Amino acid sequence: MTDEELIEGLKAGDDQAAETVVRTHMPRMLAVARRLLGDSALAEDCVQEAFANMFRKIGDFEGRSSLGTWLYGIVANQALMKLRQQTRRREDPIDDLMPEFDTSACRIEAPWQHLSTPEEILDREKRKDLVIDMINKLPPDYRVVLQLRDIEEMSTAEVADALNLTDGNVKVRLHRARSALKSLLEPVLRGEL
Amino acid sequence: MAADQRRPGIMRQMRGAMMKYMPLMITCVEFETFILDYLEGSLPPRQRRIFELHLKMCRECRDYLAAYKATMGVAKRALKDPSDGPPDDAPEDLVKAVLAARER
Ligand SMILES: [Zn+2]
Repeated sequence: MTDEELIEGLKAGDDQAAETVVRTHMPRMLAVARRLLGDSALAEDCVQEAFANMFRKIGDFEGRSSLGTWLYGIVANQALMKLRQQTRRREDPIDDLMPEFDTSACRIEAPWQHLSTPEEILDREKRKDLVIDMINKLPPDYRVVLQLRDIEEMSTAEVADALNLTDGNVKVRLHRARSALKSLLEPVLRGEL
Repeated sequence: MAADQRRPGIMRQMRGAMMKYMPLMITCVEFETFILDYLEGSLPPRQRRIFELHLKMCRECRDYLAAYKATMGVAKRALKDPSDGPPDDAPEDLVKAVLAARER
């Protein structure tokens, strides 16, 4: 069945269409939620809520993105809400991690002697956990944008749609998230950790 | 960061002024705002040339961009390990729960 047929089926309350959609998209939705939340049980809750949302809102689906992309957006939103609940509200901690410039607008950046490749960096299991810990230090609103754009490879417009942001906003958050993560990962990239 | 790093010496002041006022040049601060579009290939040709000229002339931005790109690669690989393979699990009880909730 094509996306169009499935959506028509969902709108008409067809059981077969519902089951097909759930079975087709659940694995990746679970993967998205697990990566964001780092917890399988929470991820399953999230996916369940996301599908409940989908059945409720299928009438509003405009077909601007594929059904899958729309669903990954819904599940990311559910996960974001959970992450926000977990994180205490505080001053934007990402500001200290932004790139630095002197008063004549020149960048301040220590020289890189050797920049390891991702493969070299991640060749040890412990390093991978370290990197994931660093990613988890990013504020949820930035992390979710980084993940949808750079990991799930959604387009700026798709992420904007999913998270109810403007394209400009998505770009700003993505750049800030990458910049902050670069600061956090510096010791790892420099081979010091 | 040490406060004296923010107060540039005479060479950096001159370089900053040159990049600010010479045609076809941008400051590192302006360079920063182009990075995302540059990596997406969505910079118009003229801006792309200006960006690449700065990249040739500026050791700091070159190093910064290299580390920025490495960061993207590391994040992607850490979260989406190629050896993990495609996700293929749809736990049966979760499928049933989702479909049952719909009927209510
Ligand atoms: Zn520069």
